[in-house]
Amino acid sequence: MIMPVFNEENLKKFEQLKKQYPTLKSLTLPVLWMAQEQFGWISPDVMKYVAGLLNLPVSHIYGVVTFYTMYNTKPRGRHHLQICTNISCQLRGSDDLFDHVCKRLGVEPEETTADNRFTVSRVECLGSCGTAPMMQVNNEDYYENLSTEKVDAILSEMK
Amino acid sequence: MADVLEKLILPDIPDLHKIEVYERHGGYTALKKALGMKPEEVIDEVKKSNLRGRGGACFPTGLKWSFMPKQSAKPKYLCANGDESEPGTFKDRQIFEFNPHLFVEGALIAAYAMGITAVYTYVRGEYAKWIRILQGAVDEAYAKNYIGANIMGSGFNVEFVVYRGAGAYICGEESALMNSLEGDRGYPRIKPPFPAAVGVWGCPTTINNVETLANAPIIINRGWEWYSKIGAPKQPGPLLFGISGHVNKPGVYELPTGVLLTDIIEKYAGGVPGGKKIKAVIPGGSSTMWLKGSELDGVKMDADSLKAVGTSIGTGGIIVMDEDTDVLKVLQRIAHFYHHESCGQCTPCREGCGWLEKIIGRFIDGEGTLGDIDLLLDVANNIEGNTICALGDAAAWPVQSFIKKFRNEFEKRARKGPAIHRPVHPPHLVTP
Repeated sequence: MIMPVFNEENLKKFEQLKKQYPTLKSLTLPVLWMAQEQFGWISPDVMKYVAGLLNLPVSHIYGVVTFYTMYNTKPRGRHHLQICTNISCQLRGSDDLFDHVCKRLGVEPEETTADNRFTVSRVECLGSCGTAPMMQVNNEDYYENLSTEKVDAILSEMK
Repeated sequence: MADVLEKLILPDIPDLHKIEVYERHGGYTALKKALGMKPEEVIDEVKKSNLRGRGGACFPTGLKWSFMPKQSAKPKYLCANGDESEPGTFKDRQIFEFNPHLFVEGALIAAYAMGITAVYTYVRGEYAKWIRILQGAVDEAYAKNYIGANIMGSGFNVEFVVYRGAGAYICGEESALMNSLEGDRGYPRIKPPFPAAVGVWGCPTTINNVETLANAPIIINRGWEWYSKIGAPKQPGPLLFGISGHVNKPGVYELPTGVLLTDIIEKYAGGVPGGKKIKAVIPGGSSTMWLKGSELDGVKMDADSLKAVGTSIGTGGIIVMDEDTDVLKVLQRIAHFYHHESCGQCTPCREGCGWLEKIIGRFIDGEGTLGDIDLLLDVANNIEGNTICALGDAAAWPVQSFIKKFRNEFEKRARKGPAIHRPVHPPHLVTP
């Protein structure tokens, strides 16, 4: 098994980041973000690599990774659908939307489709209450003011 | 003052996120003006303006700034709180998107006033798009020497870092935010010591909400007298009200404090769809006490007025529920949120929030008994005030206010017939 290693770009970014914070430990979250972007998820080997890079115990990295919800501790589908189900979205039909997406894809919450295209998660408030219901995909793009028709159209666009 | 107000924080100017546009509309003149003043004069100006924090606690901003030691062997830091995770709150996002330079300028003014050498802006991880916009604004400001070394020849130096969180509501709590910034799990710290004495990396620190800091350039440019006449005298200024749920035009509305809640709902947010009646309103984000639909008349949206009706302004995130809402399900969703977001340090919160969710769930499943209502209240009362940070209180308050105002919702869903014998009860969490 080959240990994960940062690419050139991330190594350069890492050196830049060092100048911005008074301690190396402060880079834990930013470096984990870089790791997730490069490797797709934070495997135990990635944790070991990050720990080595920051000169910290692996247990510290493990503690941080498992505390914050946005770090993936297992592989996800190509499109990780993060559907908000908190109150403002709930009041505008997010529960039905969530069920609809699960049913359409034939998966349970947190499951990935067999073709590895989609993973569906129920998430907490994403600060999009005025444009509810909504979902975020891969910790990036927001899709707002959703309806079942709209979400169907979005999903069929995603390869 | 009339509720017609020139939009100060989110003016309708296209491309205001670009520095040239921002400068053309008077951008960074407040910073220039502040750099010509003595730091204590800047603090004094903000003090006199009566600006109070926009993150929920409504603490007087100028007073907070004055707590920072004037002389310090260690560097001093400013943390701008853009974690914005309270359900119903989506205002800082508007600032990042439409007027990021106003916030940057405000943070720089605050830094100068307190002799701060670095500003760390903590933005919730989900706001990837808005982090990019903010970083763009910061880069532009660096290029124009509004940030960096010897700013505009003043001799004042400051660095500006944008930090991405990774999904944890608790990191909006100021001491959890500092721990997160240090690379740790977001565990709140016991106070004292207060951040002005021992903050991030053990150095004097001030933590201000993003919206709070966005008010600073306005105060410096227009003067405290002008500013303090906007809205409610004890908590003046423009405020970004976010309104969501059952209204026709949900969104963020910039209005003076003290505006009528019914005006925001009817006049600005276009009323309730289908002309339905309102069953309940959460006035300031999920942690604030609920108001019944029949209690809304005459309620003004400022810290003191809302306190007088037994709730609080919180983050200004208003959530409206129409008469057909299953409010018990909404309450359970709130309880689930706090259970999920409890950091797990304090037993009353870690265990109690789970119990709150479970007991409310019993009623939804038709299994709850009348005794469970008292049990629920007992658990909530034993969380409140018994935890390191306010997350426990935030979980308890909605439940307490709900039982007070909507007890009948539990009663009509309570199990008919004999009570179910349950051998296991949650332990009393605190011994007096």
